[in-house]
Amino acid sequence: MTPKLKKTLRLIIIAAVLFAAGFFPLPQTVKITLLAASYLIVGTPIILKAGRNIVRGQIFDENFLMTIATFGAVALGEYAEAVAVMLFFQIGEFFQTYAVNRSRKSIAALMNIRPDYARVRRQGQLETVSPEEVTVGSIIIVRPGEKIPLDGIVIKGQSALDTAALTGEALPREVSEGENIVSGCINLSGVLEIKTTKIFQESTVAKILDLVENAASQKAGMENFITRFARWYTPTVVIIALLLALLPPLLINGAEFRDWGYRAITFLVISCPCALVISVPLSFFGGLGAASRCGILIKGSNYLEALNRAEIAVFDKTGTLTKGKFRVTAVKPAGISADELLETAAHIEAYSHHPIAVSIREAWNRPVNPNDISNVKEIFGTGITALFRGKEVAAGNARLLQNFGLKAPRGTAAGTVVYIVINKKYAGCLIIEDTVKEDAAETIERLKKNGLRLAVMLTGDNHAAAEKIGRKLKLDNVYAELLPADKVDKFEELINKKSADGKILFVGDGINDAPVLARSDIGIAMGGIGSDAAIEAADIVIMTDEPSKITDALDISRRTISIARENVTFAIGVKLLVLTLGALGYASIWAAVFADVGVSVLAILNAVRTLFYKPRHKKNPA
Amino acid sequence: MRKTYQLENLDCANCAAKIENAVKELEGVTFASVSFMTQRLTVETDAELEKIIREIKKIINKIEPDCELID
Repeated sequence: MTPKLKKTLRLIIIAAVLFAAGFFPLPQTVKITLLAASYLIVGTPIILKAGRNIVRGQIFDENFLMTIATFGAVALGEYAEAVAVMLFFQIGEFFQTYAVNRSRKSIAALMNIRPDYARVRRQGQLETVSPEEVTVGSIIIVRPGEKIPLDGIVIKGQSALDTAALTGEALPREVSEGENIVSGCINLSGVLEIKTTKIFQESTVAKILDLVENAASQKAGMENFITRFARWYTPTVVIIALLLALLPPLLINGAEFRDWGYRAITFLVISCPCALVISVPLSFFGGLGAASRCGILIKGSNYLEALNRAEIAVFDKTGTLTKGKFRVTAVKPAGISADELLETAAHIEAYSHHPIAVSIREAWNRPVNPNDISNVKEIFGTGITALFRGKEVAAGNARLLQNFGLKAPRGTAAGTVVYIVINKKYAGCLIIEDTVKEDAAETIERLKKNGLRLAVMLTGDNHAAAEKIGRKLKLDNVYAELLPADKVDKFEELINKKSADGKILFVGDGINDAPVLARSDIGIAMGGIGSDAAIEAADIVIMTDEPSKITDALDISRRTISIARENVTFAIGVKLLVLTLGALGYASIWAAVFADVGVSVLAILNAVRTLFYKPRHKKNPA
Repeated sequence: MRKTYQLENLDCANCAAKIENAVKELEGVTFASVSFMTQRLTVETDAELEKIIREIKKIINKIEPDCELID
């Protein structure tokens, strides 16, 4: 609690005690004195503020309205009511400030990734400097327990990193020499020597902080609605109050000014839209915070809101729904054993760094003897030829077979096919496939259960491979063999399929899909950790590579919106009810006070709930 | 040009909304947002920034004198 807030609390307590004492059977003069003291303690700051604001040309200011309401109550001889209005107004304000501070703090703690210093080696000496002062290519030392201050490459040491603040992932990540390292993680076990590759302002941690801190400036439609509502609510209520006080006594026979004045005061007491104006932004703020705790960074409340209306989801294939890691899924020998085929293939591909070559060597999983292989020649766009234990061998695609005058066997397999030729004769083929992410199917299923109409995949890969994945994940449509420009065209076509209110979202790895990300209502980039391009181009960045985080984001969106809606309906409902009863003479000032403060407190407590979201999806510790 | 400033002692949500509206109506301002929760003002302008900031400070001083814009 801030000192200012503590002081307010003390004043409130003293005033409350005096106020309560005023209800004991005491002589009238003592009662009045107690109430007057209580009123002055809580009311003076408000009256002063009201006066100051009028001088500055601010009318319809809540302080002014409370002042008028209490003066009115005193004029009518309702002393206890006058004190109650001020006292509870202060209690409401106190509670608001307290709750808002708490939320701000818990989100600040969530984003406690800003490194305070970097330890740089300069001329053999270690110097502790601010991360902003470190140039690219500097050598920094990070000890266990410290935050990685800048992005770089590990040049010495190995350790485990706690990435929870960035990714929401509890399992530590191992790093060793030669690996890229991302700022904002916490070094857990060993001393690391890192060569920086970026300045602080361009490092991951700075980008994430910037993103999170600016997210609240992109407001949701609901927030703007409330602000507009507040703008006409107060003046309207005040004008009606004025009319209530003046017109009936003048126009209606027997209507007493005292009675109608009282009704006008109840109006003024509920004229402040505070509960609404705070609870809705507070709900969205909590929603954004809950998302970042799960490793989902959302660039604005508007995107959090839009997610709830997602109708069409378009996925990129490699790296998004699939791991982007290839695996040999079938070995189909012709005339030799499967083992021989695999051994031959692994030797032909012995020197290649292509992901497919790597997958073949992994499938062979035994050492490759470099003496067995010679004359390795790569034929661009076709494959590789070589001499393997005296035999002429070749590995490649269908074009390679054509070159040898051979025909591919019937039956196209889903995936990439590598054909093997031994001594100009067809020896068989290997089927290589990208593996689908474990949580991809579940993600699509859950999105559909939550109102998604269309799940589509776009890929540059071949039809057979794409369709196989499409069937496995139960996608509605798969568009394959697309060039980057075709992806944009297809996406435009899909945009036309959504309804006026519906949103289209695109999920990619953020590397080559900037044009599509830009065209989508909500662009989601996966695997944000370590990819600046993704952080910049997308509206939502998922720090891990799990597509299931999209469903977490959707859950948070739904929850946030429903809490904000509850608050809006509840607050406006209660206010309208009390206003109506007040105008008819059924609601007392007491009722108005409790309606106003009570609604504020409940709405704020409800809004704070958005912060506490537990992800439904639990990753298997595989 | 889009700039973000910290608003110190921005204590009232309704004032935040009022400041936002007033800043939006300034000539040369193409986007303005005041977040009560993060106590931040984001403003986008094609006019001279210094002049706009002076105007914004005037607005803040009128609506919430306790609040201060930190450059």
